[in-house]
Amino acid sequence: MADRPPVMTIALLSGAALGYEILLIRLFSIIQWHHFAYMIISLALLGYGASGTFLAVTQQRFLRHYPRTLLLNLALFALSTLPCFLLAQRIHFNPEEMLWKWQEALRLAMIYLLLSLPFFFAANSIALTLARYRSTITRVYAADLIGAGAGSLAVLLLLYLLPPLQALSALSAAAIACLIFAAVELRLQRQLWIAAGALLLIAAAVWFGMNARLVLSPYKALSQALRVDGAHIVNQRYSPLALVEVVENAIIPPRYAPGMSLNSPAGPPQQLGLYADGNSLGAITRDSGKPETLQFLDQLTSALPYHLQQQDPVLVVGAGGGMDVLQAVYEHARQVDAVELNPQVTNLLGHDYADFTGGLYQRPGVRLHTAEARGFISSRETKYGLIQLSLQDSAGAASAGLYALSENYLYTTEALTEYLQHLRPGGYLAITQWIKLPPRDTLKLFVTAIDALRASGVDQPGTRLMLIRGWQTSTLLVRKGAFTAGEIRAMQLFCRARAFDVAWYPGIGATDVNHYNRLREPYFYLGARALLGPDRQVFLDDYKFNLQPATDDQPYFHNFFKWSTLREILHLRDRGGLPLLETGYPVIVATLVQATVLSLVLILLPLAATKRAERDDSGAVTRLRVVAYFAGIGLAFLFLEIALIQKFMRFLHHPVFTAAVILASFLLFAGLGSFRSRRYSTLGNQRAGVLRAISGIVLTGVAYLLLLDHLFSWLSAWPAVARMLVSSLLIAPLAFFMGAPFPLALSSLGKQAADMMPLAWGVNGCASVLSAVLATLLAIHFGFVTVVVLALMLYSLSALAFPVKSA
Amino acid sequence: MKNLARYCVLVLLLAGTHVSADTAEQYREQRAQLMREIADDVRDTSAYLDKDTLDPRVMQAMARVPREAFVPGAERRYAYENRPLPIGHGQTISQPYIVAIMTDLLRLRPDDRVLEIGTGSGYQAAILGELVKRVYSIEIIPALAKRARTVLDELGYKQVSTRVGDGYYGWEEQAPFDAIMVTAAADHVPPPLLKQLKPGGRMLIPVGSRFMTQQLVLVEKGADGSITTRLLLPVRFVPLTGER
Repeated sequence: MADRPPVMTIALLSGAALGYEILLIRLFSIIQWHHFAYMIISLALLGYGASGTFLAVTQQRFLRHYPRTLLLNLALFALSTLPCFLLAQRIHFNPEEMLWKWQEALRLAMIYLLLSLPFFFAANSIALTLARYRSTITRVYAADLIGAGAGSLAVLLLLYLLPPLQALSALSAAAIACLIFAAVELRLQRQLWIAAGALLLIAAAVWFGMNARLVLSPYKALSQALRVDGAHIVNQRYSPLALVEVVENAIIPPRYAPGMSLNSPAGPPQQLGLYADGNSLGAITRDSGKPETLQFLDQLTSALPYHLQQQDPVLVVGAGGGMDVLQAVYEHARQVDAVELNPQVTNLLGHDYADFTGGLYQRPGVRLHTAEARGFISSRETKYGLIQLSLQDSAGAASAGLYALSENYLYTTEALTEYLQHLRPGGYLAITQWIKLPPRDTLKLFVTAIDALRASGVDQPGTRLMLIRGWQTSTLLVRKGAFTAGEIRAMQLFCRARAFDVAWYPGIGATDVNHYNRLREPYFYLGARALLGPDRQVFLDDYKFNLQPATDDQPYFHNFFKWSTLREILHLRDRGGLPLLETGYPVIVATLVQATVLSLVLILLPLAATKRAERDDSGAVTRLRVVAYFAGIGLAFLFLEIALIQKFMRFLHHPVFTAAVILASFLLFAGLGSFRSRRYSTLGNQRAGVLRAISGIVLTGVAYLLLLDHLFSWLSAWPAVARMLVSSLLIAPLAFFMGAPFPLALSSLGKQAADMMPLAWGVNGCASVLSAVLATLLAIHFGFVTVVVLALMLYSLSALAFPVKSA
Repeated sequence: MKNLARYCVLVLLLAGTHVSADTAEQYREQRAQLMREIADDVRDTSAYLDKDTLDPRVMQAMARVPREAFVPGAERRYAYENRPLPIGHGQTISQPYIVAIMTDLLRLRPDDRVLEIGTGSGYQAAILGELVKRVYSIEIIPALAKRARTVLDELGYKQVSTRVGDGYYGWEEQAPFDAIMVTAAADHVPPPLLKQLKPGGRMLIPVGSRFMTQQLVLVEKGADGSITTRLLLPVRFVPLTGER
């Protein structure tokens, strides 16, 4: 057997394991909802922790038969990836029944268990290799990180080339190929047989993947649409952003006219349902050239700004199925810029359905841009007459509080300030949202607009705000300049004709409100009045939902949860109170609690196993130090990674590309850092290496905190590719230093207390899982800057806890 | 041997009868218990609903309709838990408490003609059938419509007419209606349905997901044809905690 570690095998395996994680998030976002995807994957990653426990007991026996054990674990990883997912998606788990039916928790546990298996086998393979090649740990770890970095990029590419499930089958094939690499690198006998067997398995995985189908939750919008007679999918596009599907039904067509006035004489014309990851994205509306078929567009609350004054040019943010663009055209806008993030959607609208939409995007003056909205706006000089954001979340998802965990940079105070800067004098920002009772989104947006106006130097924001509502939607107008009496009269006429209520306009009185869509109390008006008045803070404190405006540092607009209300809601469980529970936040807390409990079990078990072998005689190697050090650097690594992905989102704008560029840069440069740190390992001076690396991390981190924002605003006009390159270079030094602390400490353990290596591996794995969940929770409460500061502190403390004295 | 076999069959049959009588009795008791729970819950939410009790006719109707008959076999043991249950095809049978409140809000009179959009399990249609002369119910999923029809026939709800189809256009031939219950998801109120509602009529639309009713929208058509809505929470929950 060769003495060189099988670095190619490890690199490919790590790439496949990270790719598997990313694919699972995509797949579960499609078949379930994305916050449960997050929960499931976090827990599944505990397979890494379980591997530590397992190896603590079995390491010596396995190391004696290393090649065979490695092959076995590689094979089990490769062969479990596809079947584990296919089985997990067959388990009928319904998150909405969880609070009523304890059996759902069992089903969730089964999904965790199934998905942990592949990670368990992958972790075993890597940990055994690290233990087997103790003197060259830095090389193995470098291969692990570089492989993972390359894997994250490869899976992104794969998601462009194949539908998600077929991408999973391709990934399984790549994982099986690890067996061939291992056979060659370890110079095993019977290489040909192994290769032939692997090729057969690859063929089987591909066949399986091609014939497998995704099983969507029956409660997702797409599943519901497809149950109706005559419904079928007529178009499907995929990318790392989403699986986009178009549904046609000639017998019972979909009809989408959110919040249409009850006085509307007619509904929408022929439409096609548009879905992203099984959630409704609205509809593509047919324009047959007869304006009377589009009358419904004038019966929506979002039509208000067109009745106040001429709007050109109009910017439609999140164009989706094109309804807002069609509305602008119907309302005689001459110049419309439509921005849509997802190129698949723009492609469908611009090409496949160009005729169906009456050539919407081919009209003179109408331009469709594929871009992220904030990035698009900040790069433009144009001053708009109207910036329109309408129903950016699907109704079902919005009502279930599913977005609490996802960062949203469209509704932050900074975003609204930026929109206002891009309005011409007298122009409007119009934001339409779904109405929830008691009011949540609408009032949070109102207070965000107040803050944005104040940030823009407006003393009396109430003079520039107008809020109207129907029974299903509300529209907030923010004007550049105070509303005129003529505009107010036009608004009143608009609302009266459509039975919409007013909730705020300058000069509003208590008798003006709550006429058509009556509430027990005029909550929207009372809320708006309180938020503009001197008692704003009292109102925010007393309100049972969190209405604190979101910022770019804490971009969680949809998190309305307050702990103080939880008891009351649970008390009202059987009396229709459960829908008041904003589920996103409790889910993340539940994930953290579960992950902590499981991690403790996984850490305590190996501790018990290593008890007898403890090396207190070496002076410095104690279990406590091993746990503290490896937990510290595990938490800190992901804190920095996650916080910086968010920070760079403001610079690179596109969520998927940002995550890919930053994640891949982190892993690749950390891999190089690990490789470079081997000289400390060879000299037996790991501690000095770690101290230098951590000093580097802290200094670079502090520099980022001080300089990044300035740098970003200075370079914001650069083209996207250049910005990606700059981002990667900016990440390089930090990541380079971050690559050293783990392998150096592990290699020093390998020399002085090899039996503690599995413990270190397990603790680090568990800490990484907790870190991802904890970082989101901390960011919700304290912002991403705090997460970075905490990470730097954790690194510093870890330096003090370095587990082995220098030789 | 032959006699022994006969004896065994007889014992099994008797045991079967005994069991089903027992089960029916258990269901009756559970139903009565559920009614008490709903009455308590309504009292708790009285300030919000503007009443201490629901219309006794609604409560009597709820007490008569066997919910277990509308629930698929696997879920039957939960039939009298006060929560929504899955009925297959991505649909649910609503929470009894919500069904009671929604039915009450329609303020039905015995001579009323009611239209229901979204038959689902048929449970809501049966409750309506207990209260009014004629109920017309439309279901979009054929399999559900068929199953609901079978159960309604078995229980003798001849006053409930059902059909498979697109609820958007209502039931033109039987219009106008005194009340309309829209239990299918809707992001707007179909104009044809508003036309089929009599002046003075009421339409109720629950908003939310299949398992969670977020709010109730009560559409009222005035004598002059003007339309207004009332947006209601099915629960007593005031968003402010402090004194105002």
